[in-house]
Amino acid sequence: MPNKKKTWKQLLYRDRYLLFMLLPVAVYYLVFCYLPMTGIVMAFNQYQVGSGFAGIYTSKWVGLKWFKQFFGSIYLGRLVRNTFLLQFYSLIFGFPIPILFAVAVTQVVRNKNARKVIQVSTYLPYFISTVVVCGMINNFLSPSGGIINQLLNKIGIESINFMNLPQWFRPIYVISGSWQSFGFNSIIFVAAIMGISPDLYEAMDVDGANRRQVIWHLVLPSIRPTIILLLIMSLGTMMSVGFEKVYLLYNTAVYETADVIQTYVYRQGIQSSNYSYATAVGLFNSVINFVIVFAANKISRRITDTAIW
Amino acid sequence: MNSKKSIRKKEFHGTAGDIIFDLITWIFLLLAVIVCVYPFIYVLSVSLSSGQAVNQGRVVFLPVELNLEAMKTVLNYKQLWISYGNTFFYTVVGTTCNVIFTCLAAYPLSRKAFCLRKQFNFLLAFTMYFSGGLIPVYVVVTKLGLYDSRLVMIVPVLISAYNVMICRSAFEAISEELFEEAAIEGANDFFILSKIAVPLIKPTLAVLTLYYAVARYNDFFSAMLYISDSKKEPLQVFLRRILLQASMEITQTTNLNMGALAQSTIQVRYVCIVVSVIPIMIVVPFVQKYLVQGTMLGAVKG
Repeated sequence: MPNKKKTWKQLLYRDRYLLFMLLPVAVYYLVFCYLPMTGIVMAFNQYQVGSGFAGIYTSKWVGLKWFKQFFGSIYLGRLVRNTFLLQFYSLIFGFPIPILFAVAVTQVVRNKNARKVIQVSTYLPYFISTVVVCGMINNFLSPSGGIINQLLNKIGIESINFMNLPQWFRPIYVISGSWQSFGFNSIIFVAAIMGISPDLYEAMDVDGANRRQVIWHLVLPSIRPTIILLLIMSLGTMMSVGFEKVYLLYNTAVYETADVIQTYVYRQGIQSSNYSYATAVGLFNSVINFVIVFAANKISRRITDTAIW
Repeated sequence: MNSKKSIRKKEFHGTAGDIIFDLITWIFLLLAVIVCVYPFIYVLSVSLSSGQAVNQGRVVFLPVELNLEAMKTVLNYKQLWISYGNTFFYTVVGTTCNVIFTCLAAYPLSRKAFCLRKQFNFLLAFTMYFSGGLIPVYVVVTKLGLYDSRLVMIVPVLISAYNVMICRSAFEAISEELFEEAAIEGANDFFILSKIAVPLIKPTLAVLTLYYAVARYNDFFSAMLYISDSKKEPLQVFLRRILLQASMEITQTTNLNMGALAQSTIQVRYVCIVVSVIPIMIVVPFVQKYLVQGTMLGAVKG
């Protein structure tokens, strides 16, 4: 049938099994992703707790009231700053470490088993739950019996109540985050370095290059595309801080540096039942995220020909 | 394989500078390993030491005055096992459903001839970049009557779009001829998926199973939002009470005086960490090679 295009009906019939497979998946996405998207309308009306499901769409329209309230509050600046800075410091501090680690482990460790042991032990923390990681941080840093303060006491420094001092929140968050993920994040760089042709190493060797020259002129240039791609992809997450970790680590004493948009949405919405206001703040965050990811993707497409979509 | 071998075989005629460089790098690597492993060893050692040794700060690396009291106290506490059992259930059932539905989503989206492929792929990708946000999802889930239901730990987190994309590229990598032949033989898509396509992407499915299983095992967020009944709570919620909310529920069950109580609190916490981390510590080293494949899959999916 060279010239005859199938009609939609025929196509749908031909693909009926595929459509049937997608049915449960489509229902899932409809109910848990797209239905909530329509719930965004709550950001523009006055939803009351207990007004039922229909209330999402039929509550009294208030326009931009909640947005005005948020933009006029002291929270806007603080939340945006905290959200951005936590991610920004995590990126600045956390991004180079996996690369350094990958270069070190591939260039210096010759024994395959030694390399495996080193790698496995560094990505164990990645698989530990946020609750346990936060529990360890909290207890290690505790002024009563935490190992860090015990050590500080031994060298003559008074105990520091880390978890209740705003200036400590960001370092704690960033360092523990990097601790948890550097090993896992290095996997992709290790794989990229392993993909470098041995001929190139040999050529460098013939030229009498030393270790630093090999790394500087061969290894790093070879993994540059991977580095750029991952950097751009992480730029896309600039305004989306993981809710769980902040929520589990912070307390009222450190809100000043710790409170992020997501935790504020949670407190306002779920704990204080200001559903509409919290939806508005959440929407503000979603839109910013969308714009950032979109921009990151555009840049990625231009520079590396690799887009996330 | 050959290529890797030749890198390693390459004799290294190092200058003095290279030797110093290697030395510094080794120190850096050892430091990295210590930083990652030591906290766990410390936690284990504290939980196996005597309360007195812990209190006096004498436990630094290995257990001091080996003592299993704290361990026994925790292991005898019923709620630990209730929450552990719940987590086991959520992980096994949840992961199974995750993998099945991920395949069901990825397979049609990978078929080049599928008439709605573009549209569905867009709808899938869109959910990765925009969501209704916490509150609308919360309202929908609770209005569906899922609050405090075991299903809430499974159904709202049924499919991850990112994992569907990984699975989709694995299906796309299978030779088209195989599908054509099967279709000519009269096999329908369910048969092709289960008997031909799935067996061919087993390594990818292993990675996805791992990712999903770890996510289900560690899921705290869903439980915090939707589970209030302690009979249904997963391990992570229990751990949060003990580790972060200073709950004395375990130590209260023992007849200790106040001093001993304070001593054993930190030990009880560390035992809880040990007990909860063990399954992960056992599984991860065995799946190492899949992990490497997994991150590569993520990287090439674009």
